[in-house]
Order: sequence, then structure tokens, then C-alpha cells
Amino acid sequence: MSLLELEGVTAYYDHLQALSELSLELPEGETLAVIGANGAGKSTLLALVSGELRPTRGRVLFQGRDITSHPPHRRVSDGIALVPEGRHLFESLTVEENLLVGAASRRKGHFDLGAVYELFPFVRERRRNRAGQLSGGEQQAVAIGRALMANPVLLLLDEVSLGLAPVVVRDLYVALRRIVEEGTTLLLVEQDLTQALEIADQVLCLLEGTVVLRAEPSLLDEATVTAAYFGRSRATSPAAGAPGPSGE
Amino acid sequence: MIWLNAVVQGLLLGGLYAIFACGLSLMFGVMRLVNLAHGDLSVLGAYAAYVLVEHLGGNPLWTFAAIVPLAALVGYVLQRLLLDRALAAGELSPLLVTFGLSIIIQNLLQQGFGANDQALNIGTFGYSSWEITPNLYLGQFEVLVFGTAVAVLVGLQLFLSRTRQGRLLRATADNPRAAALSGVDTKRARATATALALSTVAIAGLFLAMRTSFTPTAGSDDLIFAFEAVIIGGLGSLWGTLLGGLVLGVAQTIGSQINPADGILAGHLVFLAVLALRPRGLLAPRGAMA
Repeated sequence: MSLLELEGVTAYYDHLQALSELSLELPEGETLAVIGANGAGKSTLLALVSGELRPTRGRVLFQGRDITSHPPHRRVSDGIALVPEGRHLFESLTVEENLLVGAASRRKGHFDLGAVYELFPFVRERRRNRAGQLSGGEQQAVAIGRALMANPVLLLLDEVSLGLAPVVVRDLYVALRRIVEEGTTLLLVEQDLTQALEIADQVLCLLEGTVVLRAEPSLLDEATVTAAYFGRSRATSPAAGAPGPSGE
Repeated sequence: MIWLNAVVQGLLLGGLYAIFACGLSLMFGVMRLVNLAHGDLSVLGAYAAYVLVEHLGGNPLWTFAAIVPLAALVGYVLQRLLLDRALAAGELSPLLVTFGLSIIIQNLLQQGFGANDQALNIGTFGYSSWEITPNLYLGQFEVLVFGTAVAVLVGLQLFLSRTRQGRLLRATADNPRAAALSGVDTKRARATATALALSTVAIAGLFLAMRTSFTPTAGSDDLIFAFEAVIIGGLGSLWGTLLGGLVLGVAQTIGSQINPADGILAGHLVFLAVLALRPRGLLAPRGAMA
């Protein structure tokens, strides 16, 4: 049985159809990277899974149960936690308070304050600081830690590497690998293709709201990815260039 | 000595303003919601106590035990059924909705009780006092009000800063989206905030009604003092609201000491001075709910 199943979901974002009839299965323990150009529907996909957006058609199943109508806070109790793009920390709260809010659902499991501090030792040193005072990389670590405090079965990550220095991104991905080793299933949206392809068991490429490619990263070459990323017609044009670093 | 007396009486009066204002401060701090029905809800509480005393008798002081929990319940339901929808509809909607609520409450009270003054008579306790020096008396009721105000504000502040539930409220105030994504039931958090706010509104309403008489429209007249206390102290800070209430109270009694007709005016002038010199208030909060 798949951990997460999307059944023919159609979703609108600001009155524009962002996803059409998308179906997706994600087995437990697997890491899936979703890639695609801006506006391809990546963030919409995450919003459907986190509960911030409801599909106009189709169903979302988690551990075999229909959770389509569950609001975000209930999905956290169900075992789904999202690290939102732009981190969205509680800036007026301390670092430790941010982490404690992450445990609002009271789900039991491996991750508590100690486990998060063990994963990100520098966060422990900053635990009395207000979250707004931290550097971008530290904030991202706190955002990941806050999501882990809910002991999710499925961890959603939206653009973790956005705006961070490569060395910081590398450290974060080291931590993400350890989270995967704990048995957490990862669904991540990434602009940084190198990191995404390295950590993922499967890569899924969205183009204009539909799946154009799903494969194991090792079987992919750059041309295939580029073709899927931009659509075939534009892949032949060298002017299309590499995927840009900007957000959704 | 008369000045010392003015300051002391001002502080005692300020406690009443502080507890009256803290619900306004709390709702603004957690939800960015300006409740224009704040004063009318306090008067509604006073009328509810009046009805209880008419039917059941006894010293009105006992009605705290009934009215405060009732107000909390009303706050919870009001938030879930009305204010949440208003908040979702945009920035202006909560103002319009609470303004409408204010008018509805005033008219229903006029309809039910007429426009005459009513009072909650607490007997000799209302004018008993302790003599500190021949020129300085402390009214027992005033001391009770002041003590309650400080206890409620300190208690609320400790609740917000130290408890799990308080932390979830602050998280909701800071970033509602992130709070929901962290597993916080933000609707429940907001309803809890309003329930707490209306409990304090009821306490203040009963104190105001015991101190002096009240009419169906007294709420909107009193609202200005709550606003002044909140603004003087700094929006969204409960410590600020306590300080703001005390400053306003002292300004009014010192003003009255200078010229008995100018007490309220002195309060307004201090309020304007703070707005001009420290527009963010005396204790501007560091975050959403400091």
C-alpha cells in the first residue's frame, strides 16, 4: 500500500488551473523529488498534500484513508508536516518555542527537542534567541526541526535550498539524509536539481500541471531532464538555458 | 500630600482602566481585530449581573462567579460563528461587524431595560476605606479592583509566556499559516483568545457597574478609555496595557486636582502627547504578542 496517493486531483490556484487530473503514488520510506519550472504546479501539489488547498476534483489518500477534507492542522496529526517555502518561523518566539509549537499535535516518536538539537547542534546554541535574529541557514534548520517535532511519517519540503549558500545547503541535505534513515518519507520540491537528484529515489517532473516524467535519478541524463522541464518543443532551443533560481 | 493622594487614587483608577483595556489589547494582539463592541459587551455583562441580582438577590459581588464563565462561553461562540468569518472577509469587515454588534447590543438593552441609569449596589463595601494618613484614604473596593486588575494582567501575561496553550496563541498571532502547518488548530486558538478577552471584559464591566451607574450606551463612552490605555502602553503588549491604564488614571486624577472639570481632558492630552512623541506606545512590543 502506498503511504500517499493522489487520485486524479484537479486544483486551481488564484483561479488558474494549476494541476489537472494528477495521480501520484508514494511508497513509505521513499524520497520523491518534484521538479519543474515556475508555475508547473509544484507548490500547488504540496499545498494539496499539506491541506492548505483542496482539490476541485479527486481525492488525497494517506495510509489508505481519505484525508481530502482534513484541514492542515489535522494533517499534522495524521502524520504530514510541511516545511514551507520561505521558512515562516514565528519570529517573535524564541527558537526553542518555535520547536515546541511544532509539537502542537502531540504525536509521539523519535523526534523531540533533544533529537532536533542532536541533528542541528548549532540550533541548541541559539535556542534562547528570537527566531527572527537567526541567519537564513539557521532559520531553515529551525523550520525543518519544527516540522520534525510533529514526528511526521511524511515530511514535505518546499524549496529548502532557496536563497542559501551552497555550503549551507549541503549541510542541510546531510541532515535530511539522516531524517530519511529514521524512516521518514520525504516529498520535496526543489530548484536545486543537483541536490534533489542526489537524495531522491524517484524524480517527478511537472509541466503545466501534469506529470511529464517520473524516473529514478540514476536513469536520467541531463537532456531528458531538460526536455521534461521545459517541454519538448523548447528543449531543442539552446536559448532556454538552465532552470532559474527564482521561487514560485 | 494632596498630590500624593491624587497619584494613589489615579493608580487605583488606572487599574480599572487596565483591566477594561486588556481584552481589547489581547484580541488585537492575537488577531489584529479591533473590537468596537468591546465597551458594549462589558455593559451587557453588567446588565446580565443586574438581572441575576434582581431575581436571585444577594450582594452583586457573587455574580462574578456566573458572569465571567458565561462571558468566556459567549466569546468562544462569538469568535467561531461571527468574528472568524469577519476576519476571513478582509481587514475592514471585523470593524464593520463589531460596530454593528455594538449598535445591536445598545438597542437591545434600550429595548429591554430603557435608557435609565442602573446600578449594582454592593452596599457599604462600595464606600468603606482604610485611612493611611489623615489625607490619604484607600477605598476598599478600589483596592479590590486594582488588585484584581494586576492579578488578571500578570496572570494573562504568564499564561501567554509560560504555558503550552499560551505559546500556541502567540504562534497563531505571529504567523497563522505557519501555526496551522505546525498542527495548531488556529480557529480554536482564536476562540480561546476571545473567550479570555471577554472574561476580562465581563470583570471590568461588573467593576464599572459597581463603581458608578450605567446605561445601555455607556459602553461606547467607556471604550475611548480602553483605546487610550492600549495606545499609551503600546499596541499588542499586555504589560503596556497595564502601564497605559495606570498612566491614564494618574493623568485624570492629577488633572482633576488642578481643576475638577479637567480630569478627562488631562487624560486625553496625555494620550495625544504619547501619540505625538511615542506613536508606538510606551512599551512597544518586540513581536506580535510580547
